Amino acid sequence: MATVSPTPLLKDELDIVIPTIRNLDFLEMWRPFFQPYHLIIVQDGDPTKTIKVPEGFDYELYNRNDINRILGPKASCISFKDSACRCFGYMVSKKKYIYTIDDDCFVAKDPSGKDINALEQHIQNLLSPSTPFFFNTLYDPYRSGADFVRGYPFSLREGVTTAVSHGLWLNIPDYDAPTQLVKPLERNTRYVDAIMTIPKGTLFPMCGMNLAFNRELIGPAMYFGLMGDGQPIGRYDDMWAGWCTKVICDHLGWGVKTGLPYIWHSKASNPFVNLKKEYKGIYWQEELIPFFQSVALPKDCTTVQKCYIEISKQVKAKLGKVDDYFNKLADAMVTWIEAWDELNPSGDISAKIPNGASK
Amino acid sequence: MSLSIKDDEIDIVIGALRPDLTSFMNEWRTIFSRFHLIIVKDPDLKEELKIPEGFNLDVYKKPDIDRVVGTSTSTIFSGYSCRYFGYLVSRKKYIISVDDDCYPAKDNKGILVDAVAQHITNLTTPATPFFFNTLYDPFTEGADFVRGYPFSLRSGVQCALSCGLWLNLADYDAPTQALKPEERNSRYVDAVLTVPARTLMPISGINIAFNREVIGPALLPSLRLGGEGKFRWETMEDIWSGMCVKVVCDHLGLGVKTGMPYVWRNDRGDAIASLRKEWEGVKLMEEVVPFFQSVRLSREATTTEDCVAEVANVVKEQLESKDPMFARAAKAMVDWVKLWKSVGSSTSSPGA
Repeated sequence: MATVSPTPLLKDELDIVIPTIRNLDFLEMWRPFFQPYHLIIVQDGDPTKTIKVPEGFDYELYNRNDINRILGPKASCISFKDSACRCFGYMVSKKKYIYTIDDDCFVAKDPSGKDINALEQHIQNLLSPSTPFFFNTLYDPYRSGADFVRGYPFSLREGVTTAVSHGLWLNIPDYDAPTQLVKPLERNTRYVDAIMTIPKGTLFPMCGMNLAFNRELIGPAMYFGLMGDGQPIGRYDDMWAGWCTKVICDHLGWGVKTGLPYIWHSKASNPFVNLKKEYKGIYWQEELIPFFQSVALPKDCTTVQKCYIEISKQVKAKLGKVDDYFNKLADAMVTWIEAWDELNPSGDISAKIPNGASK
Repeated sequence: MSLSIKDDEIDIVIGALRPDLTSFMNEWRTIFSRFHLIIVKDPDLKEELKIPEGFNLDVYKKPDIDRVVGTSTSTIFSGYSCRYFGYLVSRKKYIISVDDDCYPAKDNKGILVDAVAQHITNLTTPATPFFFNTLYDPFTEGADFVRGYPFSLRSGVQCALSCGLWLNLADYDAPTQALKPEERNSRYVDAVLTVPARTLMPISGINIAFNREVIGPALLPSLRLGGEGKFRWETMEDIWSGMCVKVVCDHLGLGVKTGMPYVWRNDRGDAIASLRKEWEGVKLMEEVVPFFQSVRLSREATTTEDCVAEVANVVKEQLESKDPMFARAAKAMVDWVKLWKSVGSSTSSPGA
């Protein structure tokens, strides 16, 4: 029997990015799994509030004042009073991988009752290849106990690099407001023991609650848009990033996985509040989906930044007429890339910048 | 919630590649006995079939096949392809087909899986091929569409094909199984999902169900390996047929689902022995996959028969020169469409 080698910790290669406005008590439950890692906490909302971080964690914390100080006028691209501000954490990180989790997400149990180390599963997902060009009916062929099925061409069995690992949620599922209103008591109790690659050319709704990605590869595409205060829309930040990311991954030949790991999502947000935030999004997504499905990136878009700027041009050209918001968003996308490149000059991953309160 | 389907809308089609079906039928009795069964005996099989009592069934053997389609055409129904004869003569709306070496499986709670019921549920609830739902089948109990799923796509499309999976002996090819002789699939994945539009996959014939009225002509006996044998490791016919079906479904806006139900597939045969024969099939897939990924059907192809005829043409134009096997496959597809049009719409009954 082949031995399965243990998953590397990657503790010096991965940052955990957490947006929060309240407190970080949830970290206590994650301590056995998160303690080895560096945390980047992005404080949303009132910067005069002090966020208590449990003892023993190595972290840096940024509030709105820090974001304004570090980015100057470019801070306009970072959302205010919305968890979309988390993408600032991606920008200031110096690590190869990011794991982002919401502060109402806890450790889930698998069907045998064992605590799920979500971070370890995400790392496994990111370190093993994806298979976007042909669907494997036994799901992830690189998992122990599985393989490629009969008929799967051998030339495609090496797979491609995985850029994104999208995890799921037990208990409170990630429903939109109308669905929450119709089914307020529905809980996700189904543990689906699978990880799969989302095929090339297929879009999906990417949830930012339990998400990991290769920052060095796809980081610049993970802009979570203009949401929250002063904006006509909320709760579409991760969706926007997901559609841009998938289009770019498809273009550059990288994989996106979804499925395990599960976390336990404890808090159901108020569906009426959500409806107000999502309302425009529910209409706009009818335009957005065909838009993203038809985005064609020219061959000379060979970097993520180039792809992203190209998408921003097409957003302005085609979605500007849906609402002026998309003109602003297109500009913000460009600002984001400028800010990203400033903070992440190529070849200088270890450059340090003055940050907010750290340990 | 699926529509209530009457039992008499369903045919269970079994291709008999081995003569003694006693334990197979007995293991499936509680699930199958409500339905009409069509058993088609592999015309190459010499021994008499042994079938236990108590089922409502029709059995078709070589003489019947010869009578219905003619002796020259009947060769396309040899081996695993015998089941397509059952599809041809069935008059029911839904067909469920499992290999004769598969038994009912048990789910994670130890409960016997009613594969027929699950396939029917899959076929009678919508499929969602245009956008991926991260909670898998949104129409199943306890699930729904997630945030970010466009509302205009939530009614879904008709599901034409339901592809089940296998516990124990998974449908690996011979090289894979030979490399991992002890590996058995013990992972029960509690999900059904729609295979996205324009995404292709290897569709195994081991555990499959479809809406015959909608997609019948597209499941066809066509590609036959030169050394095709009597183990799945030695065939590619279902994989080829499955690629056609998916391309046709994508063109006609129909859905294909994969996942549950599971069946328990018994150990049979020797992967290493089959390795010699299956290498042919493994090599072929390198041509077959890019080919099907590039097929585009015309706007005029609005029926399944038209679509299949167009695919056959493209096969002939683009693949014929690469291997005579493809030329024969293209011809078999054309013959099949003719057969479907003539036999598929008339009644027939087995001989004595």
